[in-house]
Amino acid sequence: MGKERVAVIGVGQTEHRATRGDVSMAGLVREAASRALADAQVTWADIDAVVIGKAPDFFEGVMMPELFLADALGAVGKPLFRVHTAGSVGGSTAIVASQLVQAGIHQRVLTVAFEKQSESEAMWALSLPIPFTPPLHAGAGGYFAPHIRSYIRRSGSPDHIGMLVALKDRQNGLKNPYAHLHEPDISFDSIKESMMLWDPIRYAETCPSSDGACALVLGSEAVADAAAADGRPPAWITGTAMRSEPTLSAERDTVLPLGGALCAADVYRQAGITDPRRDVDCVEMYVPFSWFEPMWLENLGFAEPGQGWKMTESGATALDGDLPVNMSGGVLCTNPIGASGMLRFAEAALQVRGQAGDHQVDGARTAVGHAYGGGSQFFAMWVVGADKP
Amino acid sequence: MRDVAVISVAQTRHRRRVRELNEVEMLMPAVHGALDQVGMTIDDIGFTCSGSTDYLAGVGFSFVSTLDAVGPWPPIQESHVEMDGAWALYEAWVKLQLGEVDTALVYSYAKSSPGDLPMVLTRQLDPVTVAPLWADSISLAALQAQALIDAGKATEAQMAEVAARSRAAALGNPHAQLAWDRPAAELLEAEPLVGPLRRHDCPPISDGAAAVVLAAGDAARERVERPAWIRGIDHRIESIHLGLRDLTVSESTRLAAQRAGVADGPVDVAELHAPFTHQELILRHALGLADDVAVNPSGGALAANPMMTAGLIRIGEVATRIAAGEADRGVAHATSGPCLQQNLVCVLEGEG
Repeated sequence: MGKERVAVIGVGQTEHRATRGDVSMAGLVREAASRALADAQVTWADIDAVVIGKAPDFFEGVMMPELFLADALGAVGKPLFRVHTAGSVGGSTAIVASQLVQAGIHQRVLTVAFEKQSESEAMWALSLPIPFTPPLHAGAGGYFAPHIRSYIRRSGSPDHIGMLVALKDRQNGLKNPYAHLHEPDISFDSIKESMMLWDPIRYAETCPSSDGACALVLGSEAVADAAAADGRPPAWITGTAMRSEPTLSAERDTVLPLGGALCAADVYRQAGITDPRRDVDCVEMYVPFSWFEPMWLENLGFAEPGQGWKMTESGATALDGDLPVNMSGGVLCTNPIGASGMLRFAEAALQVRGQAGDHQVDGARTAVGHAYGGGSQFFAMWVVGADKP
Repeated sequence: MRDVAVISVAQTRHRRRVRELNEVEMLMPAVHGALDQVGMTIDDIGFTCSGSTDYLAGVGFSFVSTLDAVGPWPPIQESHVEMDGAWALYEAWVKLQLGEVDTALVYSYAKSSPGDLPMVLTRQLDPVTVAPLWADSISLAALQAQALIDAGKATEAQMAEVAARSRAAALGNPHAQLAWDRPAAELLEAEPLVGPLRRHDCPPISDGAAAVVLAAGDAARERVERPAWIRGIDHRIESIHLGLRDLTVSESTRLAAQRAGVADGPVDVAELHAPFTHQELILRHALGLADDVAVNPSGGALAANPMMTAGLIRIGEVATRIAAGEADRGVAHATSGPCLQQNLVCVLEGEG
């Protein structure tokens, strides 16, 4: 007994904006799903099951919204499954969907992740209520700023690294028509002069709050072979992994989380990657605050601990560098929280299919998609390749 | 498909209000009870999956603190569904099919008591067209019951029989919240609560938790004498819009039963997640159960209906009876959404 092969054969995403007042929640997921189906050249009737993910239901004020979205997702009469693993959920959702194909249960699975953040205020939704947590944890930035300060102190990184990441990602985002933030006038100085929100995180080093959705069609080996024969290259999934660790634990290192490192090691082992820096062509990682790029470069094994910032500073992670990171502009340009992880996974798939448009990395054959969530405690990763495993 | 079995089941005593414990404290005896029964610790588990919903806890990411209490250190392979634990079990079963891990822990929990449950559940409805009307879960179930009566498919007396039988069966269930022995005829003397439903037709509101350990192949045989093998499992959803479906049948249950192979052999026992009495009648029909099948010997959801947990408990109850040799083949069912919108069916068997 072994796992069946599985590939991404369709990718769809919405235009992302601060407020998508032109569509309902159902309209939003439908927009992404319809595009993924069109890309895969399949119809709703071809889909065997639907797996949906999003972050807390409080964001939109609907309890278990998959129930009312069943019609919009074309799921009536089919299995509909809802995953929720905090900020990593978009990645976890895609992985759960891929396993339905790998286990031989379904041939074609539609997976969708979304968030309509304009229907709430994420800053306060992510501020857990007193008295259980200190009130100064205002938003995710308030929670993560101490992790970043700790990283800077431990690594001896100069202060400008975060600004370099923000500049790179916002410039990459200009090449992505789906990105929420398009800031043609952005410069190092404009980032440096932006308001300090949670020291050392400046306003321009922070992700936006977006409405948006992402969808993928996953197919079995036979389905993917047929797409390939038709001149539509599949993105073969060569490894998937998830890891969780506690929020509150004395053993935890939030700068270099063991869960993230184990997740990376597991997914590389499956994909046959022995030297990530050499074997991986590009990476889409979950960087909601700029400083997470050097931190995750280390956590995912692309740099030694304390050395990630040097890769960023050298330009290695630029679109034309030797390990491009966040080619799409990443979470720093587009952050519908529940969909953000799946957008990372989708960008990895677009890259190895050669369909990333102006943000395509030349010759990308192996790409990594990465998501994290909670207090840097939930991790989801996949590796996709242009070559059939 | 790989052979996967339920090898351990534990649940709390379900109560109307668990005041003195938080959700984590309520859950932990179930998790450790399930592990202890088979001499395992969290370190022996290959994959962990849980089911719960933030709306009952009243806080976003509520499952995060629960996982903390389970102690995922060193980091574990873990996932969570914002669904009943029966679907968490489904995800774990899929994971075990991949052959990378041999054991899984599944748990679910909810405290419904801090809020007004029928009102909270209105937030599950279409937020544009229906939820603003605050149509509560009992009223929606009453619409379904009336449709069933109007179609000549059930009577209030038959519904009362379901209540009487379930609550009497619950007298033998140490985890049950609501158990009594009263004749159906006496129940019918009560005034309707939301016509045609009387109080006895409705489930209790419960706080509770449950946990199950799954194991594949030899990993199951090594740990228990008689594993309850999962021979088929499937789930289906229908439209949420009550006007778009025939409320007197459960098409999604019928489809799931077909895919899970309910009709492929004799059924000794069935545990159905039917919170309202008339729903048991609909489900029996959808599952094609013969009249002599023992339905809900635990008392079912009419004896205790902990949200996000009652479906997982149904699988656990069937597995427990198979493990004890009281049944050879059983059917477990879980539901979600208004008026049986989404349904999961699991067929379990003992060996030898």
